Amino acid sequence: MHIELAKWIPWIPAGAAVLCGLCAMKRQLRMASALICILAICATFGITVLISGSFSPNGNDPVKPRTVEVFDWISIWGQQVFSSRISAESYANENPGSKMIARDGTDGEKEFVVRKPIFVADFSYLLDSLTIVMLYVVTGVGALVAIYAAGYMAGDRGYARFFSAVCLFIFSMTTLVMADNLLLLFLGWEGVGLCSYLLIGYYYDKPTAVAAAKKAFVVNRIGDLGFLIGIFTAYIRYDTVVIHEMISTVSATMQNGATDWKDHLIPFMLMLGAFGKSAQLPLYVWLPDAMEGPTPVSALIHAATMVTAGVYLIVRLLPLFEISPYALPTVAVVGAVTALFAATIALCQYDIKRIYAYSTISQLGYMFLGVGFLSTAGGIFHLFTHAFFKALLFLTAGSVMHALAGQLDLRKMSGLRKKLPVTCWLMFAGCLALAGFPFTAGFFSKDMILAATFEKGINEQLILPNVMGVIGLLTALLTAFYAFRLWFRIFTGPEKYEMGAEHHGAEPDHGVRTSSSVQVEHVHDAHEVSWLMNAPLLVLACGALTAGFLGHEWIERMVVASTAEPARPPMMDEGVQLHGLMMVVSGVISVVGVMAAAYFHWLNRDATERFADRFVATVRVLTNKYYVDELYDAMIVRPLRVVGGIFYQVDRLVIDSLVMALGFLPRALGLAIQPSQRGALQGYGIGMAIGLVSIVVLVLMAIASGHNS
Amino acid sequence: MVVSELHSLVLSHFLFTGAVLFIFGLVGFLCRRNLIMMFLCTEMMFQGVVITLVGFSRFHGNLTGQTFVIFVLTVAAAEAALALGLVVLLFRRKRTLDPEAWGELQG
Repeated sequence: MHIELAKWIPWIPAGAAVLCGLCAMKRQLRMASALICILAICATFGITVLISGSFSPNGNDPVKPRTVEVFDWISIWGQQVFSSRISAESYANENPGSKMIARDGTDGEKEFVVRKPIFVADFSYLLDSLTIVMLYVVTGVGALVAIYAAGYMAGDRGYARFFSAVCLFIFSMTTLVMADNLLLLFLGWEGVGLCSYLLIGYYYDKPTAVAAAKKAFVVNRIGDLGFLIGIFTAYIRYDTVVIHEMISTVSATMQNGATDWKDHLIPFMLMLGAFGKSAQLPLYVWLPDAMEGPTPVSALIHAATMVTAGVYLIVRLLPLFEISPYALPTVAVVGAVTALFAATIALCQYDIKRIYAYSTISQLGYMFLGVGFLSTAGGIFHLFTHAFFKALLFLTAGSVMHALAGQLDLRKMSGLRKKLPVTCWLMFAGCLALAGFPFTAGFFSKDMILAATFEKGINEQLILPNVMGVIGLLTALLTAFYAFRLWFRIFTGPEKYEMGAEHHGAEPDHGVRTSSSVQVEHVHDAHEVSWLMNAPLLVLACGALTAGFLGHEWIERMVVASTAEPARPPMMDEGVQLHGLMMVVSGVISVVGVMAAAYFHWLNRDATERFADRFVATVRVLTNKYYVDELYDAMIVRPLRVVGGIFYQVDRLVIDSLVMALGFLPRALGLAIQPSQRGALQGYGIGMAIGLVSIVVLVLMAIASGHNS
Repeated sequence: MVVSELHSLVLSHFLFTGAVLFIFGLVGFLCRRNLIMMFLCTEMMFQGVVITLVGFSRFHGNLTGQTFVIFVLTVAAAEAALALGLVVLLFRRKRTLDPEAWGELQG
């Protein structure tokens, strides 16, 4: 049976991670680590393709989710002994999942033992159509990025370390999307966080990279605290952490309408975890800094896969969110506001990778907007297309960096069309998809989200979805503009560029090159990257252009067939249908955005300066990212540091001095009686004599008093 | 003390003799400035204790105390040999028997 193969999906990369780690020990084996990593990820992709056939919905038949058990992880069972079969059976029927065993009791009578699960979190995988979609994204994009990275990272000192971490990431991410209980999901969740930390801080001798890694880790911990509280509350509420059991309990609760405060707390806490991982307001600050990592990492972890885990979490646990009337609208509002917020910041940044980072935050906001208004198919579809085009954009940005020796500043490059012809058109494809240009991938997915939003607003006479939809449209305009601002700035105009200070985006000081010719070539001029790196980009570009057109029905069927199907679907058949209208509107918006970008950044660059001069204050605020980092610094970091300083002083002055005083006591005593030891033999003799006499006197007095009483 | 028993030795005599010897030894130990004399004084204190033990042995009518005395004397002999040897060595170092000369050995 193919499905049993699924249990190997996480474990192949896990083994590969160990092998790559071992490769790090021998210089000759370093190159092998890339091969191991690529083969492992391709193998998982192959397994995904093999098993996906069993989960493709045919017609209206729902696909049964399958659970594949790997091993018992945590299982705590309680047992109750009954003397009669009837009472045992009735008890067993009250507690689902319990088992009854008959055995001979101590007194020879038959007795019946009912064992019921108290807390079970097995290492088992839940496979349904949603999981398959996520696995396609993770392993597919992962394999392409790994191939690209094999070329991009060549000659880097930590080559094997890099691929080891990437394999570990694939292990964690597949565990995350396949987990059948929240605890295992949390394991994967923390695993990807760890890999993210390791890879952001990959250039560990660069202080900014180390700081960024720490920032990502700390900000994610805030979200994860919420996630953990959510899991605890869910266990208290549902007595289980197994996803499908929770969902069936929720469905029952929804039907009889008996909700309590925990039902509201759970989604909000889980949401906090999702917002931390998916870089939404107010926890988005780590993602732009995470661009300190190598570019393939930015593409794979910080654009295509890990950051979408939050969207996946909400979609996977959708019924838990639906039960609270406030949860999903909150998700939608936060998503929409983040989308607009990040898009405006992206307008005025100059660092290519940071622009894409803000763009990622913005697009993740879109996904949350879709999920929040119950267009889970739209959210997951956007996740799917976004994985293609954002990975493509990051990797082409990596190619530009590679060509310009680490140069990332938009102001220091122009007119590279001739130098980087392939990269130019690959990035063009990515930008088109990001801008939602008609008939590219982003166009279809954005349209699905916006149409669902407006349909909900109009059909249910709600203001909120309409407002959020308008925000979404505005964001689409900005997205088209900043995507092409970047492209026109890099590739059009007069040819002019400055090389960066780094080699291949590697550590500047450790230029351990495998071949000296590479370095010579580098020093000379900007150059197109090798075909090892461009081939995976071509695949991604094809995906970015066609995945929307080819995939939107498939994704919709896949998502609807899973647990993510909304219990109260938006009234599809009644009410207005906006898909057609929305396509026209968002297509026009996208074209307008692209044309504006072409005017300001290609045809008439001077106009940009004049335009910016009229809005000096706005531009300054946007360039400084709304001063959010400064705000957090002033509101959170500094007060914490002050508190830390106070505690440090308390520790030093109060606790330490107490300990020191205790230590000083014996020394003081020693100082006090030291003079008695003056080395005179007869002095000691007198001391002994006095001691002896006093003991004798005391004994005698004791005896005397004993006689008297 | 009972008058009728004055003619014979009783426990008190032994204890008194022992105490006197002990006190003489102690005073000698504290006052003399000669290591050999001080050492002899400690021996005198020893003998005071030994006489006490013999007295108690006689008082109780068993031989435990006297047996103990034999052991103590043996040990004291060995210790005397050792201590006198040490005193000779100390004298060779400083050419004096004054214990104050070794005051620098203070703790």
